[in-house]
Amino acid sequence: MANNIFVIAEHLNGKVEDITYEMLGKAKELAASAGGEAVAVLLGSGAKGLAGDFAAGKVLYVDSPQLAEFNPEAYCKTIASLVNSHAPKAVLVGNTSQGMDIAAGLSIDCGLPLIAYASDLSAGNVTSQLYGGKMNVESAVEGDRFIASVLAGAFPTDAGKGSGAAVEDVPAPDLSGLKIKFKQLHEPEGGDVDITASDVLVSVGRGIQNEENLEIVQEFADKLGAALSCSRPIVDNKWLPKTRQVGKSGLKVKPKVYIAIGISGAPEHIEGMKDAECIIAINTDANAPIFDFAHYGTTEDLFDVVPAMTGKL
Amino acid sequence: MNIIVPIKQVPDLVEELEIDSSGKDLDREWLKFKVNEYDDHALEEALLLKEEFGGTVTAIALDGNDIDKALYAAAAKGADKVVKVTGLDAHVSNHQAARALANVIQGMGADLVFTGVQSVEDRDGQLGVLLAHYLNMPHISVVTGVTVAGSNVVVKKEYSGGIYAEFEAATPIVLGIQAARETPRYVPVAKVRRAMSSTEMEEVSAGDVSVSAGSSVSRMFKPVSGGKAEMLSGSAEDVAGKLVEIIKSKS
Ligand SMILES: Cc1cc2nc3c(=O)[nH]c(=O)nc-3n(C[C@H](O)[C@H](O)[C@H](O)COP(=O)(O)OP(=O)(O)OC[C@H]3O[C@@H](n4cnc5c(N)ncnc54)[C@H](O)[C@@H]3O)c2cc1C
Repeated sequence: MANNIFVIAEHLNGKVEDITYEMLGKAKELAASAGGEAVAVLLGSGAKGLAGDFAAGKVLYVDSPQLAEFNPEAYCKTIASLVNSHAPKAVLVGNTSQGMDIAAGLSIDCGLPLIAYASDLSAGNVTSQLYGGKMNVESAVEGDRFIASVLAGAFPTDAGKGSGAAVEDVPAPDLSGLKIKFKQLHEPEGGDVDITASDVLVSVGRGIQNEENLEIVQEFADKLGAALSCSRPIVDNKWLPKTRQVGKSGLKVKPKVYIAIGISGAPEHIEGMKDAECIIAINTDANAPIFDFAHYGTTEDLFDVVPAMTGKL
Repeated sequence: MNIIVPIKQVPDLVEELEIDSSGKDLDREWLKFKVNEYDDHALEEALLLKEEFGGTVTAIALDGNDIDKALYAAAAKGADKVVKVTGLDAHVSNHQAARALANVIQGMGADLVFTGVQSVEDRDGQLGVLLAHYLNMPHISVVTGVTVAGSNVVVKKEYSGGIYAEFEAATPIVLGIQAARETPRYVPVAKVRRAMSSTEMEEVSAGDVSVSAGSSVSRMFKPVSGGKAEMLSGSAEDVAGKLVEIIKSKS
């Protein structure tokens, strides 16, 4: 087992998350060069069927009522015991909401190095995106085993999909006396505007400075017949509802045109909009990562350009 | 509830980042620092809980990077106590930082430890979860709301697309705060100055931090922009005209 690459499968609401396939594809590649196989680790309750399209050499499946829903404590315990008993060469965990509650714990409980925010990896060498996407850092791992928490969207999903693999049932460790209890899952309330349905999105970020200034972008969006979306800080400030948020913890959008205004392009934002057909960025910082993803850009001040565009519509 | 909030200064991304001569780290000589924005949310959520349910809030930080200012600001916002952990290099791995914080927090009788969910420098993993495992406490990350129910807490954890899970947990527990229920409060400079003279900052030694991240940086580089974006030049008026044409032709 020592040359195998573990992938911690992620699912929510009975659906496998894309990050699972993205990591499986990469794991197959790593396993091939290490002389092992990609092993998917799936936890759940009556959830074995979810592994049906995993492109893995093998699936380790742990079933327990305590694992029916994601629970940081139960998942950490179960995965740490599997990693300790199977000693894989590498463990890939999503740098996702669930994965953030797993990876660092595994690092300590299994005594393995962890490299976070991984956007690329090869044997023993992992590239991380740090500083809001403004710097990349390559890390060399001591020893030859490691954990990487992998950014969503870093690898394609196709290579991780297949016809499934042999599933091996593994008994759950003792999960009695958990201090964290799952209560319930809340679905988002419907919003006034469905930003995923709009062909053109005018998207506003912290560069807008204050709530009153939102008028400037709202007027531009109205004239353009576009919906107004935003980055996370705008929602955290309660200037726009959650249903307008694009990104990792918001919505994934794929409009024909995405106009990012005063948005820096942090990885968590990029995750939600990088598949837009045409991306336009307006940002006074020429080094803003958004320009690495945009098709057209300008470093003119948004307070000059946006009203000028409105005037031309 | 006795709430401990570790805070940290991180490079301000508004400034241009440069790489130093080793090619492995930021050029830190002219770096401007600011409090990790998620730590601000962690402190806010702690202060809101204290205001609602009583208890104490302690802000704690490793020495270095202009941290005194940040600790006094926390006091000015309402933290009851501020603690500075000394004896470490200013620039340690998160594994070492978490170990040092665990050494100190261990004896503080914490019910809750709130960290920012992440920072821009977490190369070897997010601090809160590392800290929780060193403290032998359970943890929940990406938290957007906490309330107290008897001796337990009810915690919201956010997933994508606006979905969130609700957990009930026994204390002590470490929570990685993504967003406080309210926008973090602002504190005027004059109030921070007053806090500087009225607050006694406790200094505690980091203790034994002989743990390792198990990896090291081999290279730092700016993402090679695929040269993808075609940059438009001219006056704001010209640029606006060109952009409107592009938008019309692509939509
Ligand atoms: C678990 C987790 C999940 C997250 N999920 C999301 C998510 O779903 N969506 C999301 O967006 N973020 C998300 N984030 C937050 C993310 O990390 C960034 O903090 C956020 O995207 C930054 O938003 P911003 O670009 O608007 O602000 P900033 O990064 O502050 O950028 C503001 C930009 O405006 C520019 N600017 C300033 N003034 C002007 C001007 N006058 N004219 C033009 N440009 C100007 C600046 O140069 C700067 O680049 C998440 C974070 C975490 C930890």
